[in-house]
Amino acid sequence: MADGFTHTVGQRTYRFGDLAELMAKATPERSGDRLAGVAAETAEERAVAQMCLAELPLKRFLTDALVPYETDEVTRLILDSHDTEAFAPVSHLSVGDFRDWLLSDHATPEALEALRPGLMPEMVAAVSKIMRNQDLILVAKKTRVVTAFRSTIGLPGHLATRLQPNHPTDDVNGIAASILDGLMYGSGDAVIGINPATDNVAQAIRLSQLVSDIIEGYAIPTQSCILTHVTNTLECIEAGAPVDLVFQSIGGTEATNASFGFALKDLAEARDAALSLKRGTVGQNVMYFETGQGSSLSAEAHHGLDQQTCEARAYGVARAFDPLLTNTVVGFIGPEYLYDGKEILRAGLEDHFCGKLLGVPMGCDVCYTNHAEADQDDMDTLMTLLGVAGVNFIMGIPGADDIMLNYQTTSFHDALYLRRALDLSPAPEFRAWLERMAILDPDGYRLSGGVPEGFAASLGRLPADA
Amino acid sequence: MPDPEILVENPWRILTRFTDARIGLGRVGVSLPTRELLAFQLAHAQARDAVHLPLDFDRLEADLAASDAIAALGKPGRARTKASDRDTYLRNPGMGEKLHPESAKELDGHAEAPDLALVVADGLSSLAVQQNAVPFLDALLAAMESEGLDRPAAPVLVAQGRVAIGDDVGALLGAKAVLVLIGERPGLSSPDSLGLYFTWAPETGLSDARRNCISNVRPGGLSPDRAAKRAVYLMREAHAIGASGVALKDRSTEDTTIEAAQRSFLAPPERDGQGT
Repeated sequence: MADGFTHTVGQRTYRFGDLAELMAKATPERSGDRLAGVAAETAEERAVAQMCLAELPLKRFLTDALVPYETDEVTRLILDSHDTEAFAPVSHLSVGDFRDWLLSDHATPEALEALRPGLMPEMVAAVSKIMRNQDLILVAKKTRVVTAFRSTIGLPGHLATRLQPNHPTDDVNGIAASILDGLMYGSGDAVIGINPATDNVAQAIRLSQLVSDIIEGYAIPTQSCILTHVTNTLECIEAGAPVDLVFQSIGGTEATNASFGFALKDLAEARDAALSLKRGTVGQNVMYFETGQGSSLSAEAHHGLDQQTCEARAYGVARAFDPLLTNTVVGFIGPEYLYDGKEILRAGLEDHFCGKLLGVPMGCDVCYTNHAEADQDDMDTLMTLLGVAGVNFIMGIPGADDIMLNYQTTSFHDALYLRRALDLSPAPEFRAWLERMAILDPDGYRLSGGVPEGFAASLGRLPADA
Repeated sequence: MPDPEILVENPWRILTRFTDARIGLGRVGVSLPTRELLAFQLAHAQARDAVHLPLDFDRLEADLAASDAIAALGKPGRARTKASDRDTYLRNPGMGEKLHPESAKELDGHAEAPDLALVVADGLSSLAVQQNAVPFLDALLAAMESEGLDRPAAPVLVAQGRVAIGDDVGALLGAKAVLVLIGERPGLSSPDSLGLYFTWAPETGLSDARRNCISNVRPGGLSPDRAAKRAVYLMREAHAIGASGVALKDRSTEDTTIEAAQRSFLAPPERDGQGT
């Protein structure tokens, strides 16, 4: 279709050169698309692009690759794994009709689950662009993605947290102090995951051992993850370190992933290595991915696409490796990509919706940096809406302040607020442990207040003040 | 005294001796106590001000002039980037990496091909620069003198600058190397962190891979003296190998971060601490 797309409103005919341009111009406003020079130039152009996109047959995405098949392994992964049979129930629909179908009572949780292999990330991105925030929430709530390792994540009525005990010099007692704080506040059922300050194999092995000692020592039904490069984790496994989950930041184009220093075969290799350890007890999902709108543009690897479409393609990568957790770190990248609370909020809901519809176990790092136009009230709003939408997990960090990465994410208190406000429970195995340790009252509602015996003993063993 | 029935304190708050993380905050129900809520709001306000309050360049220049060693370098240059205001600067990082044409014209001839050009840019924290630039420069000049290095050119003060602006300025002056002092992205507990970026053979358009970074220079972080010693180390090494960035491994801090495996206080003594 060399002529691209046209749409006439009143006297004026708008022309969109190709599908990438149409997708970008139909995207709700955000600073990153303006920075890339792909955003609609006027509010009317955006609204018209959305009308034009709504008329596009979903099938078109099967023939019109946004990033060339020949030069991009992510495109090849998406197209080669597309399941025509699963796609059949919606294959005759336009993007606009697809929105109607998703919101209709035909789209039951079972129907949505069966549809997953038939959906391409680009189709999901397209429909999200013509959905309001409440649409994104309502459809996401109907989709459930359940995964497991030592705890089960994503069950209806549950909310898990990643306990994130970062420390600027990786001090073992500093990290352990944050872990203890988190456990006492009922945090850590999704994972205890550390961003190391010193990023190399020796350090990753040390930190794996640190967390593993605690998880095994107190028989905590959770898993550890050291957020280092996939090739480092592979070396950790080869060196015999107690690796539960393999981490990697991923993007939606081959060039983005190359800028992160990996190819898809590296993920497959590391996954196989982690699976060979058989460390899971109730499941064997061994991957932990992080994503975020803007990463492709930041790596100059966006191929003229808008950042939200690139992000949806990253979920296409994630689902191919059966992750336990996928975390969109929505406000971390900075205001040049998501300018303010409104843009961060919208992006968080889009990411959660797109990931879930594709079958990815989505969590969200509900966060912001101090140079973005956002504050704690914006985070309260986003976490609450994500809780309503059924998000699998959020972060948990002491007092919302990451003293290593210098940004604000959700605190242990925040997660407890969300569980209480929406009547959500921790992962079942973890909740049983919290009750056994007398951290949580059996009613699942109150924290009991004391320090359990084993932990009290560890406090008693503290060295004298140095 | 708060009512312990209302405000539940955490006995593990003593662990704050191991970390600056906001642990042991206590709770009311499951929510944050008022005192912690307000402390957080204050910290966030300070970080926001660090980003948005403009650097007071006149005051900075006066502070620089008050130091004999710095004043001896000559009158500082002034420059601005293509980012005309903070909003443009935040939305469009590339604009903060390029000199405004007028500034480029003015700077031409500010110094004659120095060994080292010094650039002081506001970056994302005016507070960091206002507070830490002078103590660091004093320490740097002392360290350079004791190592027998030539004096650098008088600093160039840049408004709405990003890290890469140093390469533009350094290239314009024909400097062999450039050191940028810049306000880092402020953290909630560290709104005042100064970053140092060193480039050998600066030219416009270099990538991050060509720079070395020394981070977290502030009263609660890396001291001016230690930062200055590391900067001088980088200068000497860069001169020896004719390169900076990934080619120049900073070994001045090796062996200090990775210690032998150490168990945390929380690790149970060989699995006998399971509580129940």
